[in-house]
Amino acid sequence: MCLGVPGEVVSIDGNTATVDFFGVRRQVRLDIVDEPVKPGDYVMNHVGFAIRRIAPEEIGETIALYELLLRTAAEEDLMAADVRGEIGATEGERSA
Amino acid sequence: MRDLIRDVFLQGEQTLPEGTIGLDAMDDGAALRVGDEWLVMTTDSYVISPPFFPGGDIGRLAVSGTVNDLAMMGATQPLALTCAVIIEEGFSRSDLERIQRSIHATCREAGTAIVTGDTKVMRRGELDGIVINTAGVALTKRVVRDQGLQSGDRIIVTGTMGDHGLAVMAFRNAMGLEGAFSSDAAPINALVRAALECAPEEIVALKDPTRGGLSSALHEMAEKSGVGIVIQEHDIPIRDAVRAASELLGIDPLHAANEGKAVIGVRPEAAERVLAVLRRTALGADAAIVGTCVSERPGYVVLDTGFGRRLLIEPEGELLPRIC
Amino acid sequence: MNVLRNRDELGAHLRFQEPGKAREMAATLAHVTRSIGREPVSVMHVCGSHEQAIARYGLRAVFPRELDVIMGPGCPVCVTDVPEVDEAVLLAAQGVRVFTYGDMLRVPGSVKSLADVKAEGGKVDVVYGIGQAVQLACETQEECVFFASGFETTAVATAAVILAGVPENFSVLSAHKYIPPVMEIVAEMPQTRIEGFLAAGHAAAITGSAIFERFAERYKLPVVVTGFEPLDILAGLIRLVELVRDGRAEVANMYPRCVTREGNRPAQEALWSVFRPIGGRWRGIAHVPNGNLRLRDRFAHVDARRRFTIDLHQLWDRAPANLTQHCICGDIMAGIAAPTGCSLYGNQCDPDHPVGACMVSSEGTCRIWHQYGGHLDLGYGS
Repeated sequence: MCLGVPGEVVSIDGNTATVDFFGVRRQVRLDIVDEPVKPGDYVMNHVGFAIRRIAPEEIGETIALYELLLRTAAEEDLMAADVRGEIGATEGERSA
Repeated sequence: MRDLIRDVFLQGEQTLPEGTIGLDAMDDGAALRVGDEWLVMTTDSYVISPPFFPGGDIGRLAVSGTVNDLAMMGATQPLALTCAVIIEEGFSRSDLERIQRSIHATCREAGTAIVTGDTKVMRRGELDGIVINTAGVALTKRVVRDQGLQSGDRIIVTGTMGDHGLAVMAFRNAMGLEGAFSSDAAPINALVRAALECAPEEIVALKDPTRGGLSSALHEMAEKSGVGIVIQEHDIPIRDAVRAASELLGIDPLHAANEGKAVIGVRPEAAERVLAVLRRTALGADAAIVGTCVSERPGYVVLDTGFGRRLLIEPEGELLPRIC
Repeated sequence: MNVLRNRDELGAHLRFQEPGKAREMAATLAHVTRSIGREPVSVMHVCGSHEQAIARYGLRAVFPRELDVIMGPGCPVCVTDVPEVDEAVLLAAQGVRVFTYGDMLRVPGSVKSLADVKAEGGKVDVVYGIGQAVQLACETQEECVFFASGFETTAVATAAVILAGVPENFSVLSAHKYIPPVMEIVAEMPQTRIEGFLAAGHAAAITGSAIFERFAERYKLPVVVTGFEPLDILAGLIRLVELVRDGRAEVANMYPRCVTREGNRPAQEALWSVFRPIGGRWRGIAHVPNGNLRLRDRFAHVDARRRFTIDLHQLWDRAPANLTQHCICGDIMAGIAAPTGCSLYGNQCDPDHPVGACMVSSEGTCRIWHQYGGHLDLGYGS
């Protein structure tokens, strides 16, 4: 459900923002966005409505979360040497 | 649509001269043996609402479509076209004149002319504005089919994909999208000629990715040739506006129509040579090698997304925006 | 070409689409799954857009063999039941102008779809959103109805438009659905083998991740909220499988850039001031208590069901027997049955005449089986 596409706010006119979706611009309504937005902010658009302002620090937070996820798995890996072989096997399959 | 043609128009026996490529081949056109040459002929009817759209109009579409269908059979010097126009009573005179000018301009681009035609008027409400039918003939020494692919052959597209489909969709449905949309409607016989001249034996399949886009064209080529095709998604040229609009509307740009592009199947040793020649032509600057034919899974088209692989699905009917 | 430049910028900023990172994550997912030491490990996503993203990026080909990612009842259009489509069909047949989302157009009712009505000359128009439908209604005197489908994310847009005020000639036929209750249906199925849920990120952006906490506790199942980019899906699955492995029935939010624990408060207020949940059938699946969203009495004047007389029997008298009662979509989605176990499959139910949600959806299990004769292994092993 809920096809959502992120874009960058270019300008705001009352309750409507012009949002750049990296090649296409479209008007997006701001009725239900969770906090005030300003030009330069990213928003998540669904059917012509901004449903969320995406703060830049939250993008960083996601990247950090994913790195942590991979690091944790890698550390566990060091403790279980036999599992390493399995990753190797998977990578082998993939490059085959 | 292909099923409809098979179930209705392919019924009943026809006697054809030996070696004729006829309707049952379901190729872009027919080819009849004339002396040591082939006479290629094709016909197509055009309906589009609205008749004028960013980058073109129904007249440009009608000429380009027929010239390109001939070119897709290897016949890149159209001798002449016919043009029949059916208009709805009350259709604007100035619009009609504008379409007529466009038809002539496009013919000049393709190096051909309209030599006969017909005009009919139907009562208001009996058709949607205007319908144009064009037919064309051309001679060629060598016919290129859409079914000559073998394992190892490379697949080239001559430019960006989905331009016409997205331009018309964004414009027609008032989706509120602002962007650099423009239909690619254009005659590409000169471009195809340049490719064929540099690799006359090595180009083994041609198809124009019109309705159903690249996906439909590849499926038809794979099915008829009895090969599988693996496409690298990252290598497919797509304009920013087309990609962005596709994401917003939830449609696949590989399902969207092109009206000035060709899909070329070429033997591997000539692929780079053909690509270099294409890129030097005005309409082929964005040409790219996008895939390879394989012996596995004949009839299937596999898309390597860079993340994983999936089957490219054949589009069904009109492209529609989705929410989920 | 500037295409690539922008793609790279996007990747750096916002899109989480780096293939190299995805390979690393796929390897981690395989490792975590195998560390459980049994197979299959079965998890379910409840979101059509998750399936679309998994399909679009070809992620199934990199999921480990031991992990079964089951497509749940997650497409709100596919689960729109036959009578709801019939209501829209009847309105269009009465001469009302009907606006709807593109994916709803071909969903069959008991006799026909909206696409059929349109082909017969009915006034049916596809719009990008309800905002566009209101604009079009302003340009005409005709009665206009927006046939509204979608989960809570989309229902919020409908609610906002209604609260902002609509023209006199505009009303809404709501087929909106609410996701959380259907997860309980799946969790309660006696033979269910679902061990965890991947929750829909954009619905959770509205409702907040906290809404799943009681569910996780009650059914002893982990829930991971995640987004729709390739890395989001892989990261969400890694976290979910970790929770399954560790036996932790918790809610994890892997989509913090869009989802908070509390969700979008203004949107929730708009949603619940306009809609109330009622029970209803989800096509081919089950009766879902509180699964359908209907307009509250305050908004009766914009409720197409109260504004027009919609006599469903006039359609049903002519309709063939309702096949959905024989449909086993629910079991297929729960991972209990395969399409070939359904008496309708390939007989009364095919892509041209779909009965249940799994055949309606272009990514639906039955549709894919029908088109390709089962799941095709596109893995890199071959």
